[in-house]
Amino acid sequence: MNQPHRVLPLALGLLLVAGLAGSLLQPYEVYLISLWAVYTISALGLNLTLGFAGQISLAQASFVGFGAYATALLLPHGVPFGVTLVIGAAISFILGILLGFPALRVQGHYLAFVTLALATIAFLVFRNESWLTHGTSGIDKIARPFPFTSGVAYMWLCLGSLALVTLGVWWLLRSPWGRAFLALRENPVRAASLGIDVRTYTLLAFAIGAALGGVSGALFAPLGQYIEPSEFALPLSFSLLLMVVVGGSGTFMGPFLGAIVSVALPEVLRSLQDYYLLIYGIIVILLLVFSPDGVVGIIARAVARLRPAAAPVEPTP
Amino acid sequence: MSVVLEARDLHRHFGGVKAVNGVSFAVEEGEILGVIGPNGSGKSTLFNCLLGQIPPSAGQVLLDGQDVTGMKPLELNRRGVSRTFQLLQVFPQLSARENLILAGQEHIGSRMKRLFGKSDAGLTDAANHMLEQFKLSHVADLLAGGLSYGQQKLLDAAMAFMAGPRLVLLDEPAGGVNLSLLGSFRERLRAMNAQGGSTFVVIEHNMDFVMSLCTRVMCIAEGKVIANGKPDDVRNDPTVIEAYLGH
Ligand SMILES: Nc1ncnc2c1ncn2[C@@H]1O[C@H](COP(=O)(O)OP(=O)(O)OP(=O)(O)O)[C@@H](O)[C@H]1O
Ligand SMILES: [Mg+2]
Repeated sequence: MNQPHRVLPLALGLLLVAGLAGSLLQPYEVYLISLWAVYTISALGLNLTLGFAGQISLAQASFVGFGAYATALLLPHGVPFGVTLVIGAAISFILGILLGFPALRVQGHYLAFVTLALATIAFLVFRNESWLTHGTSGIDKIARPFPFTSGVAYMWLCLGSLALVTLGVWWLLRSPWGRAFLALRENPVRAASLGIDVRTYTLLAFAIGAALGGVSGALFAPLGQYIEPSEFALPLSFSLLLMVVVGGSGTFMGPFLGAIVSVALPEVLRSLQDYYLLIYGIIVILLLVFSPDGVVGIIARAVARLRPAAAPVEPTP
Repeated sequence: MSVVLEARDLHRHFGGVKAVNGVSFAVEEGEILGVIGPNGSGKSTLFNCLLGQIPPSAGQVLLDGQDVTGMKPLELNRRGVSRTFQLLQVFPQLSARENLILAGQEHIGSRMKRLFGKSDAGLTDAANHMLEQFKLSHVADLLAGGLSYGQQKLLDAAMAFMAGPRLVLLDEPAGGVNLSLLGSFRERLRAMNAQGGSTFVVIEHNMDFVMSLCTRVMCIAEGKVIANGKPDDVRNDPTVIEAYLGH
């Protein structure tokens, strides 16, 4: 499950199944599938930064916010959706580089706190700079781009975007860059001694992860057709972090599966009402205690058990 | 012959510990210089000072006559300097071949070309060749973390050669390598030295290995050079014998 080239068909197949299922389902399920695709794009970005390059970030929600606000604010001025998406991704890319600079100095918990501070600043900007962002009243009536106006059509747009992002991430991970990111995570000192420019790759890991957050935000805004600041605050950052970790940090399939858990589990547990968050929390803790490498780890071990003759599946990082 | 690497009165103190205490020496092109000395005598610290891993407290490092004191490891690597660390440092989650590709990839083309080019940066053949030379072909596709200690040690050394370096510093490359492999490992290093015209500095505790591999040997004790010359002369030098027996 750790080898991108082996699981690419799996990921794309999952998208196709989700789309076909969605076409037969009710509007609310269609919305959930679209949301899953949007979250997965963002989680794929965070997985690059955290899972592959080993740089923790609690600011991923802010990049989703930049993408969402760029789209919501530019669409009414007649800027085509494709362009607003690119602008959102570009803004996130540049701000992602800035976020990467502290990572050149601090790591681990300290880096988490620095990114937390930046996430808080971004949230305050979304909330308080109402001349630009409309503050807490948010932005409504965000139009979906033609011809993706219906729920199902927009779902296909989200899934199609996810498919492109999946291909891009797959390409990146199997390129020398993917190897360099892994080296950066595993042993930056040895990496530097082999000529790997740790500084540049660290910044790139943040920037590319952030840009995918921006893409995800651009798709998020027209999905609910309404955005407001609290959607891009810390809970979303934690939620995206959970998707990466629950799915299997540093694995190609992790974000896909983690996002399924994040979107589906609350729905399954909804009948429990007040107890839902408690149960959700317990399930996540149990999962991580028994499978630190997330859902991907569970599946990899199950596959290994079913196929004892095949090459042993090494536990994913 | 020209001097490739030179240390001038290098010092490195850790609090009160004078790990490197005034070391001067030069390495000429094509030499294989052995560095011996008791445990804790400052050999690894000397390497780290030469290679920008830790800044020296005082003194100078010259590469091809240019002052490179305190230059970062990345920059030195770009200038053709390569190394291994005393503690094994392969990437356990990559296969043996991938470790070698990683070790060479940043020296091929531009970063953008690498992103859009081939996954192996065109290095598979070179990596296979290196695996063959270090007798690791049969484990090429295994994860490095699953190799035996000795195999990892060989891989670690092989990685240092992937970028075609002109100066290679190896910190205890033979430690843990099976006796039966040592001979071929030594011949491999010799051949690398002869073909590539590259220069080696090798820290090693295995006396037979050092004496048979190196063209010159330098002994360090308590942060100072106490002998520097032909292998046999150093081996029989009373101060060297004294330094080893004294510990
Ligand atoms: N980072 C450090 N901080 C404090 N003291 C250090 C540090 N690195 C090395 N030393 C001390 O410097 C001295 C020299 O250590 P060094 O590792 O260079 O020895 P060595 O000759 O490589 O020994 P060995 O043969 O055992 O590898 C030792 O006394 C060691 O404890
Ligand atoms: Mg040492």
